[in-house]
Parts: sequence; C-alpha cells; structure tokens
Amino acid sequence: MMWELIAANKRKSIFIFIGMGLLLILIGFTFGSFYSPDNGGFIGMFFALVLWGILSMVSYFAGSKILLAVSGAKEVTQDVHPQLYNVVEEMRIAANLPYQPKIYIIADAAPNAFATGIKPENSAIAVTAGMLGTLNRDELQGVVAHEMSHIVNRDVLLMTIAGMMLGAITLMSEVFTRSLWFGGGSRYKSKSSDKGGQAQIIIMIVAIALAILGPIMAQLMYFAISRKREYLADASAVRLTRYPDGLASALEKISGTNLDLKTANKVTAPMYIINPLKKKGMQISNLSSTHPPITERINILRSMTQGVNFANYQTAFNQIKGRQSVIIPQSGLTDNAKIGLRSTELSQTSFETGKQVKREVGDLMMKLNDFLFINCSCGIKLKVPPDFKANSITCPKCGRIHSLFN
Amino acid sequence: MAFFLVFIAIIVVIGFYFVSIYNSLIGLRNRVKNAWSQIDVQLKRRHDLIPNLLEAVKGYMKHEREIMENITKYRSQAMDASSVGDKAAAEGLLSGALGQLRVQVENYPDLKANQNFLALQEELTSTENKISFARQAYNDQVLFFNNKIQMFPSNIIAGMFSFKEEEFFEIEDKAEKEVPKVSFS
Repeated sequence: MMWELIAANKRKSIFIFIGMGLLLILIGFTFGSFYSPDNGGFIGMFFALVLWGILSMVSYFAGSKILLAVSGAKEVTQDVHPQLYNVVEEMRIAANLPYQPKIYIIADAAPNAFATGIKPENSAIAVTAGMLGTLNRDELQGVVAHEMSHIVNRDVLLMTIAGMMLGAITLMSEVFTRSLWFGGGSRYKSKSSDKGGQAQIIIMIVAIALAILGPIMAQLMYFAISRKREYLADASAVRLTRYPDGLASALEKISGTNLDLKTANKVTAPMYIINPLKKKGMQISNLSSTHPPITERINILRSMTQGVNFANYQTAFNQIKGRQSVIIPQSGLTDNAKIGLRSTELSQTSFETGKQVKREVGDLMMKLNDFLFINCSCGIKLKVPPDFKANSITCPKCGRIHSLFN
Repeated sequence: MAFFLVFIAIIVVIGFYFVSIYNSLIGLRNRVKNAWSQIDVQLKRRHDLIPNLLEAVKGYMKHEREIMENITKYRSQAMDASSVGDKAAAEGLLSGALGQLRVQVENYPDLKANQNFLALQEELTSTENKISFARQAYNDQVLFFNNKIQMFPSNIIAGMFSFKEEEFFEIEDKAEKEVPKVSFS
C-alpha cells in the first residue's frame, strides 16, 4: 500500500544520500589534497559538505518557490479553471491526503505538468495552459493523479536531496577544472618536491579523473532514480484513478506535440511529467534520459487489463520490457487486493476540434491576465478586460445588465 | 548486574515497540474515520447542488417533469433519512435519477451550449467522482487497517485494546451500481 511505499522511499532516500554523499566527500578530499597534500584533504572535505549544506538548506526552504518562479507558474483560484480545481480535489480525496495542494497554471502552449513540495502540507501542482486545452477530463485526471502520486510518495524530497548532491558535485568539479586552467597547475609545480612528486602525480590523475567522471556518475545515479520514480508514479496514478486508459491517452496526446516548454531547463526537467526538452533529431540514449521512453509507459498502461493494483502494473511492466526489474518495492506488492478497473467513463469525452482547443487555451491566458468572465443566463460568456472602467456591462445578445461589483 | 541491565534494556525496547504499534493503529483508525467523513461531505454537497441544477434545466426540459420530480423526492428522502441503510438506499435512487437526467440532456442542444449549465454539470460530475473516490479511499483505508489488526504482531496489541475491524462500504443498491454508461458531449 501507499504508506509502505513511502517508508521504502524514505529508506531509499537514505541509501542514495549515503552513496552520493561518499562520492561528494571523496571528490572534496582529492581536490583538497591536490592543492595542499599535508592537510588539504580535510579542508576540501569540509568545503564540499558546507557547499552541499548550503544548497540543501536553500532548496529545502525555498526550493518549491524557486521552481515555481523559474517556470513562470501563477497560483490560481477555483474560478480560473474549475475543472482543474475539481480534479485535484478528487485525487486528493482518492489519496486520502489531508491537505489540498496549491494549484498553479503556467501560461505556455506546450502540454506539461509538475508537482513540488517537500512536505504534503505545502505541496503544489503546476499545469500548463496547453495541457488544460488539449486534455479531456479523464486524461487530466490521469495527469493530476500522476503528480499527486509524486507528492504522496515523497518523490520531491528524494529528488531534491539527490539533485542538490548532483549540484554540489558538478559545481566543485567545474571550479576545479577551471582552476587548473588558470594557474592551479603552476602552484602544483612550485610545491612539488622530489619525494612528494610521485604521490602528487597520482593525486593529480585521480583528481582529474574524478572531476570528469564524478558529475557523470552522479548524473547517471540521479537519472536512474528519476526514471524509476516516473514508473512508480504511473503505477500509483492508476491505482488512484482505477483507469489506466486516462493517463495512457493523456501521454499519447502530449507526446504528439513537439513544442518545447520555454521555461524548463536541464535542472528542472526531471520534475515534469514528460521531458520538457525534446532534442530534435537526436536519439536520446536510455541511460542519460530523465524520463522513461513515453511509448513504453503508454504500452504498459494499455496492457493493464486485469486490474489496477501495484502487482498488475509490475506484471505489465515485465511483459512490455521483456525482463524482470523491480519497479514496485516488494512491500508494495503484498497489496494483493483485487482491484478492478473503473467500468464506465465518468466524464464527458467530447471530441474537440483544433479551433476549440485554441479558444480554450486563449480563454485561460485571459483569465491568468485578470480578465473577468461572466456567464450570462442567455448562455453566452462575456469576457471583460481588466482595464474596463464602467460599473456594469450589457449582454450583447439578450440585453441583460451585469453589475461588475462582486 | 550486567545481566539485569540487559534484561531491563530488552523490556524497554519491547515496550517502545508496542507503543509504536499502538500509535500506528490509532493513526490508522483516525484515517479510516477521516475517509468516512469525506463521503458525508460530498453527499451533502450533491444535495446542495441539485436545486441549482433543476433551476438551470427547468426552462429547457419541458418533457422531463417526472425525472425532475423524482430527483426532488429522492433528495429530500436522502436528507431526512435517519438510518444509514435508508440513506444509502435514497442516495442510490438519487444517483439513478440524476443519471436519467443526463441521458435526456442529449436531446437539448441549447441546454448543452449554455455556459451556466456546463459549469453546473462540471460541479455535479466532480461531486459524483468525489463520492466514488471518497468511497474508494475509505475502502483502501479499511483494508489496510483490517490487515494490520489481523497480522502478527500488531494483532496482539489490537486484541489487548479491543480494536475492531471496520466494515467496507459496499454498494448495495442496484440503481447505484448501474450508473448508465452514457457520456455528456
């Protein structure tokens, strides 16, 4: 069940914490010894830990705010997009989470979404306007369930810890390699004596090797965690919605677009539901991508016809991948309650034309820019710009007068 | 002396272990209660939405008087019901009647284009979803809680402090089970 997955996730957090931490300390020690063979190693270690500490503190206390600000997300109230608000609340209820995540909309036409928040109490879900325009209700529900699963499974905490380790390692290697260019080498030469020379050369080789390999290793570890989290979030999402086809067709739709999310970058990419940066014309290799191949995720979801619990997802995963790989921790698989699929589509599955989609996205952008929307009882929608000065407005169709004070 | 200290230490560790199991059982029972109250909240919200819905469709749907009367009737039955069984039955009938209304909406293109109605329809759809998700979450919680009560070693603590297994929320009413396979569009 969910709670055991959280426990497993916390254990895994500690494991990665130690693994990447050791790498960080090793790098600090080698770089330090390179500059001062006598006691520089410990100073280097100290610096590495302080750097990581500062990065972690910043990301722990301000991480979600920074992420939301960088991505250009804007917090919205229920009336901006009632359906999104409702779907988030539905998933909160399904996950039995006591806190409602804050809802943000990103004014971008590329369909994508992410979740943030170290603790469920101050979590947030951000969705792009393009996503809201392209998806129907069931698909949106699947996407929101996926994001809600990241929150429930404490994935954000795990990714933040791993991300900051990666950041510290990359930063130190960068500084080190640059200092080699600008005179680091000369200092080494002046200090080298006859008996220390041999050891110095070895330390130098190790330091350079670590400077090159360290960030790559850390990055691969980070990406490996990220991919596993995505599968797990898919599995949890299906368990929440009881409807794998919703998420599957959402993934199909959003993978069909080739728009890049303008506000995303390499660091924030793993937070999104699909990779926001598509390298056009380049085959993304398996090891170095933050997300599993989207077609594979879709195929797994589509082949879940027996039931929707975690064991069903694992079976479908093995079947599609053709190999055994642990996605769901063993504790999650004991949840052997037979959970059937939702039999009916609960919501509207309207066929939307491209024009309607564009209008919907346009409306959303207007709402984000403080336009006032009034539903007249004759059935049409009035869109009032924020700089409209009069106190009331007359409906052009039926002539009803709407007061603008409320 | 050393032996005695080790003995004390073991007792203390076991004590802490039992306390932590007890606390987790209490926490789980509270989650079950919370999940149950969510169902109630959503059922009440549906009752509040219905007058608005009927108001919105009244002008359009001239020929569906019977369905609308039924909705009103079942709503007040559900609100007045005192026992859980009566309430469940009335809620089931109410769901069925609302489903019939949805089918009929198909015949009124003007109604389907009305923004007010669309907004209400979204609210109603969402409330229906919330009811079923709340029920689903409640059953998940109950399953987890009951498993804990039956399994070793938490069953010892559960027995000592008489934690009782909770009941699943099953849908008994037929009308509720057969939510019509119809979509708005």
